[in-house]
Amino acid sequence: MSVPSGQVKVAIRGVTRQFPTDEAAIEVLQDIDLEIREGELVCILGPSGCGKSTLLNIVAGFLEPTRGSVTIDGEPVVGPDRRRIFVFQERGVFPWLTVTGNVAFGLDGLGAAERSERVRHYIDLVGLRGFERAYPHELSGGMKQRLEVARAFAVSPDVLYLDEPFGALDSITRLTMRRELLRLWRAERKTILFVTHDIEESVQIADRVVVLTARPGRVRRIVEIDIAHPRDLSDPRYIELRDAIFAEIGLAHQI
Amino acid sequence: MLPLSFLLLVAVWHAAIVGSPGSLIPLPLDVVRGVGELLEQGLLVRYVVASLFRVTWGYLAGVFLAIPMGIVIGLSPRLDAALNPIIQILRPISPLAWIPIAILWFGVGDLSAIFLIFLASFFPMVVTSAQAVQQIDPVFLHAGRNFGLTKRRLIHRIVVPAVLPRILVGLRITLGVAWLVVVAAEMIAVSSGLGFLIVDARNAGDRYDLVIAGMVMIGLIGLGLDMAMRRLEQLPSTRWGFAR
Amino acid sequence: MRRWERFALPLTASACLLAVWSLAVHVTATDIFPSPLAVAQGIGELFRRGILVSYVVDSMRRVAIGFALASLFAIPIGMLCGWSRSINAAVNPLVQALRPISPIAWMPLAVIWFGIGEAAPVFLIFLGGFFPLVLAANNGVRNVPEIHLRAAANFGLSTFATLRRVVFPAAVPNILIGLRISLGVSWLVLVAAEMIAVDSGLGYLIIDARNAGKRYDLVVAGMLLIGTIGLILDSSLRRLERARIFRWGFRG
Repeated sequence: MSVPSGQVKVAIRGVTRQFPTDEAAIEVLQDIDLEIREGELVCILGPSGCGKSTLLNIVAGFLEPTRGSVTIDGEPVVGPDRRRIFVFQERGVFPWLTVTGNVAFGLDGLGAAERSERVRHYIDLVGLRGFERAYPHELSGGMKQRLEVARAFAVSPDVLYLDEPFGALDSITRLTMRRELLRLWRAERKTILFVTHDIEESVQIADRVVVLTARPGRVRRIVEIDIAHPRDLSDPRYIELRDAIFAEIGLAHQI
Repeated sequence: MLPLSFLLLVAVWHAAIVGSPGSLIPLPLDVVRGVGELLEQGLLVRYVVASLFRVTWGYLAGVFLAIPMGIVIGLSPRLDAALNPIIQILRPISPLAWIPIAILWFGVGDLSAIFLIFLASFFPMVVTSAQAVQQIDPVFLHAGRNFGLTKRRLIHRIVVPAVLPRILVGLRITLGVAWLVVVAAEMIAVSSGLGFLIVDARNAGDRYDLVIAGMVMIGLIGLGLDMAMRRLEQLPSTRWGFAR
Repeated sequence: MRRWERFALPLTASACLLAVWSLAVHVTATDIFPSPLAVAQGIGELFRRGILVSYVVDSMRRVAIGFALASLFAIPIGMLCGWSRSINAAVNPLVQALRPISPIAWMPLAVIWFGIGEAAPVFLIFLGGFFPLVLAANNGVRNVPEIHLRAAANFGLSTFATLRRVVFPAAVPNILIGLRISLGVSWLVLVAAEMIAVDSGLGYLIIDARNAGKRYDLVVAGMLLIGTIGLILDSSLRRLERARIFRWGFRG
């Protein structure tokens, strides 16, 4: 099925994270064990405050775990790395650079010709042609989000971290963005870790959904989404998996 | 609208003086003649140049030292903790209160005035730059580190552009204060420049037409400096900082 | 940063500064520039002679009156300008034309109008505070989000009630920042005015200590007093900005 059988890319072992407060340390993550295979798209799903963002920041090297370790290709993560790019909501685009400037941001090492070729390619890919010279404050939220994704893809990283990337978008743009992401992912086969609190979103895009518990976050269940792309949202299997997760989190799927 | 209200102001001024005979305040026309007289004597150009010369050098020296220093302080919590109390005590001392010390160190003359302008520009800009760095959205720094930037390149490509809008606002406000200080310094400590013109015109024969001519020049130059700085804030790569 | 560094670093840096200052005075064997110790003794002397308290009170009184008058006029005028396009069109050009004239340059006119005495310096302080505050209040009102005004209209508020219940609270954060900037300028103007126009106060202390016998210990003592009071004024307004009910305006 759609579950890749590549070798292990990211290995998270026994990761616990506490935040010190005045009285006692608050435990946000507890003993997370997880392996992500090369080329896999994994969603980390949980309620707000369950530490899923913290987990992503630890894997990306922005935070250190209190206990446990993260290795990528067998090497321990000690800090952020340009081979693995983190996509912040749309907040991460640099407001002082144009669209072109943002996409070219990580391409210093390349010659001018190759750089402009790549910039053009990824601007086209995310549908921002015609906006090359625009500044972010002249773009809509969805366009800024696509710009940030383009900036990340342009440096051809092997892993992408997306932290609720579409959370601030309207529901129609959100659907389009998911399709765009899947298209890019199929074209380039990056390993993707995708944090979300949206159950439907996770079942629509992921190979596997890792469901976390509320604080402290622990792995509650891992659900394999064995539906081929493109996914039919009225497929009984889709509905079955979605409802299983709703039930797992303790929500009746009714209003 | 500006010319209309300005005409109104001049008309009211004229009427007020005509209506109160014996007033020491000159008519608007007298002030225009006063400006002409200053021009003829060559004093106007000489005094404007003297004032602008002091402001330019004091301001540039203060700003060019303060901005890098402020950025370094903003980047290092330790340096900030160490220097903060010293800066906080020195900053609110009016630059004018340094006049006796300026004269002691640099004598009566340009260098003293430049030193005062330097002080008036240096402390506010150190504080503004340091705070601007401390308030950079951490997302930008994370993104920069993620793309593998070294510390130096991080400053060059993230920190500097991110603080630029705030620094430009600080530069504009500081230039206004520097202009205020140069006028005061010239009234107290030197014998040329527009501030001196005002004091001198009054002391040497109650020439209030020249006093007001001096005030008008001070206002016009202040306005010009402010407008020039505002134009900088409109650059495309900094406008984001002012967009709502 | 470790906890001990939080105290040790500023103490060390300040101690170093004082040490360098003392050493410089000692090495150059100057008999004009005072050492830190001489300045401390100078402050003691001012206190014993009763000048310290009376000069501080004089300076504070001038700033208080000038600044209070500036707030009293500038905030309503600025708010009206921000509220009404036509008032703004009439008043703003005058403000823009007069604002860039250094308040201190008004000194000769102030002396004609108010004579030599308390009123002239207070007038200069008033001017120093007035213009920045008008601008701040104007901007504060103008930047009240349109949706807040629509909500007020929707709930049927009268113009006066809208001003009082929506526009004023929304403009308060901007006005507070304006107050702090104005107070800073007023403090600067005060020192200059006291150096030129009166014979009491901290500005006068500095110029007098120099002219009457090169008492540079008293000059530096006066500077430190000016700095300390300026710091207290600035940080009390900053504290006001941080007050919980105004906090929303300063995020981000």
